[in-house]
Amino acid sequence: MNIRIKFGKYGVMRFVGHLDVMRYFQKAMRRANIDIAYSEGYSPHQIMSFAAPLGVGVTSDGEYFDIEVNTSSSSQEAMEALNKVMVEGISILEYKQLPDTAKTSMSLVAAADYLVCPKPGCRPFAETLLELQEKVHAFYEGQSEICITKQTKKREIQMDLKPLIYQMKASGKDGNPSLFLRVSTGSNDNVKPELVLEAFCHFHGISYDALAFQVHRLEVYAKADEIPVKGEKERKAYEAFLVKQRQSYQKEGKEFPQFLPLGELGWDIK
Amino acid sequence: MNNLALSDRILMSVDKPARYIGNEVNMVRKNPEDVEIRFAMCFPDVYEIGMSHLGIQILYDMFNQRDDVYCERVYSPWSDLHKIMKEEQIPLFTLETQSPVCDMDFLGITIQYEMCYTNILQILDLSHIPMLAQERTDDDPIVIGGGPCTYNPEPLADFFDLFYIGEGETMYDTLFDLYISMKKQGGTRKEFLRAVCKLPGIYVPSLYEVSYQEDGTIASFTPKYEDVPPTICKEVQMDLTDTFYPRKPLVPYIKATQDRVVLEIQRGCIRGCRFCQAGMIYRPTRERDVEMLKECARDMLESTGHEEISLSSLSSSDYSKLKELMNYLINFREKGVNISLPSLRIDAFSLDVMSKVQDIRKSSLTFAPEAGSQRLRDVINKGLTEDVILEGAGLAFAGGWQKVKLYFMLGLPTETEEDMKEIPRLADRIARRYYEIPKEQRSGKCQITISTSFFVPKPFTPFQWASMHPKEEYLARARVVNEEMKEQLNRKSLKYNWHEADVTVLEGVFARGDRRVGQVLQRAYEKGCMFDAWSEFFDNKKWMEAFQECGISIKFYNQRERGLDEILPWDFIDCGVSKSFLKREWQHALKGEVTPNCKIQCNGCGAAKFEGGVCLEHQN
Repeated sequence: MNIRIKFGKYGVMRFVGHLDVMRYFQKAMRRANIDIAYSEGYSPHQIMSFAAPLGVGVTSDGEYFDIEVNTSSSSQEAMEALNKVMVEGISILEYKQLPDTAKTSMSLVAAADYLVCPKPGCRPFAETLLELQEKVHAFYEGQSEICITKQTKKREIQMDLKPLIYQMKASGKDGNPSLFLRVSTGSNDNVKPELVLEAFCHFHGISYDALAFQVHRLEVYAKADEIPVKGEKERKAYEAFLVKQRQSYQKEGKEFPQFLPLGELGWDIK
Repeated sequence: MNNLALSDRILMSVDKPARYIGNEVNMVRKNPEDVEIRFAMCFPDVYEIGMSHLGIQILYDMFNQRDDVYCERVYSPWSDLHKIMKEEQIPLFTLETQSPVCDMDFLGITIQYEMCYTNILQILDLSHIPMLAQERTDDDPIVIGGGPCTYNPEPLADFFDLFYIGEGETMYDTLFDLYISMKKQGGTRKEFLRAVCKLPGIYVPSLYEVSYQEDGTIASFTPKYEDVPPTICKEVQMDLTDTFYPRKPLVPYIKATQDRVVLEIQRGCIRGCRFCQAGMIYRPTRERDVEMLKECARDMLESTGHEEISLSSLSSSDYSKLKELMNYLINFREKGVNISLPSLRIDAFSLDVMSKVQDIRKSSLTFAPEAGSQRLRDVINKGLTEDVILEGAGLAFAGGWQKVKLYFMLGLPTETEEDMKEIPRLADRIARRYYEIPKEQRSGKCQITISTSFFVPKPFTPFQWASMHPKEEYLARARVVNEEMKEQLNRKSLKYNWHEADVTVLEGVFARGDRRVGQVLQRAYEKGCMFDAWSEFFDNKKWMEAFQECGISIKFYNQRERGLDEILPWDFIDCGVSKSFLKREWQHALKGEVTPNCKIQCNGCGAAKFEGGVCLEHQN
């Protein structure tokens, strides 16, 4: 049985890196008595895969990983069991079952939302929300392309960020307004929010200091029109589910979104 | 608990910031306002090493069971953070509450190996605690040392207020009670030290005076006051079953060296190897009850979620209920828990267990003959014979193993060139045993890895009087082994590793040094020596300068056979094993005579006075 778990990471836990978070959850599964499945062989390991690594220093309300379990209690019970063994700074937000042929969250990741806020004592982006809105407008809507130079291990590459920034807007309050970003994420075209920030600061002549901002991930998404399951039968079933979803959005008079949170691809176990 | 001692800017700029944030699974949280004693427990090495240490986990759990004590942890900041803390004058802090160490009542430092001595000075320095005990005031924490190196605390005497000699389980409660009652009465640091020195196992170095003869040896070692005990008997926890053992050990985020549950099955060792300090100072051998161990194993696996459990002891094969325990632990394999095996004697039983828990093709067998020739093995009283090694290897090869690791020491007392050459020859004979297996039944070559370390004589061993060699001589001995290896028939299946000898020389000085070598430590630290156990930091040139500038002769401490009547710096400690026994063993060693192990016969070492463990098994 496939399970997708959503968790939040905050406080001092932002200094625990991705690999260590993986190790942390491997041990947490045992502490919470989750009946997780193991691979075969002499050194069996838990079947667990993470969606999108979170950088050190970044906090999040929308982290995902998938596990395979032999049996499972209800979502509510499993979440309670897990939350009981969590440390301060990590909390389990969702525990959902996925179709048996579900694609891994890692292969589905397409976008992520971030909130970026100057840290206390650091220079704010702007004095007022309105001022930041104007700055964002000039940078994002005002430019037809946002060219940056990206330093890779081997060489420098020129790239246009604009098509990879799906949304950018000012939010929060006067005094220290923050930036909301939705950017392309995943194995192709992965855009770190810092890259956008640097370009933004550069555009406005603000000196860029990576440590002056707190980056907070809000959510990770799959493309809504990507079929998240393998197998012919399952595909068809999902397409039918999609049709239903679209209808329910229509009924409420809402536009069907371009992206769906990874957690919405599963359902609660009663 | 979002208030960290270090700013985001610092944490983001140093390697592995998770070393400094605390908040680990099973960390103890208390309100510091609610306790009488705040204790900072320190392992003076980097976090990953320090978090792997069982002793601290035991004491952390035990101290925190008291409502009036809050024990927190502190480790050596890595060199990158060290530099920042020095520049920005940031005081060293505890992980739990991120409070300055200098605000604690106690700073307890475990002293596990000589090459961490400069790290102790780093801890004091970064904590803004005066390095020299005599310069501390009532505002500074009481600095306590514990651990195996306190069996000769003298090189560190100037830096510690007191040493706790022996096993921690027994006397800390009394010590804390004394501290609380004196604190309530407004007692001073001096008054506390004067009082605490009367507790068993407690050594307050400032209350003793040492004088020296013209030849540099000790003339006298005497208490300054009449009511200060002249000898300190080590503390020992005789009942290892009905005692403290952490059921909820801390689980670090970053991968510690011991990323597993550690189950200490017994203390002490019956074997009596003459080079081994642990085999002497932890006498008498005491086992924990197997039911208690099963319970602990289950509880700790549950509370940590670790995927591996390891047994800890000096010689696990001697544990009487090993089979029962292993059979119990193997059940956890179903839950994905791996069993990491300690050095077991290689026999049919251990091979059977190993084949269940390890991938035979990848894992290797370990033998520690320590010496190449039977003659020298008799000198060091290592009971292992060549027949046993070859038989064990033969069994293992038949079972599918191909890799063997062999551990030896070079520079043991009485070692001859022939003894050195026997090391690769023994390895070759093991390889021959492998190639006796018909070709179609074996898969490819065998791999025999020889590692040698250089012998360092330790206090409270029969070799405490032995002379060491200059560095060049050690390297020459390693070359003899290397040359002889090239002469062997199966040389292509043999591999030889050895280390630099600089560290050996320093270990020798600090293992058997007296109070006067403390100034070298301080000088070396001032020159920037730190993390000396890490080859990337070790700087021998600075050390040699420090010795020279302090006018301390390495030769005096290392290359001198000590007289049997000489007062040794650690003679004031009573570790249970008597000096006359050690002398007897030293004479036996020189004659190549072996002494049977404690289970075969009591050899009257003196530890029977503790009235327990293996010593009682002989009373019929």
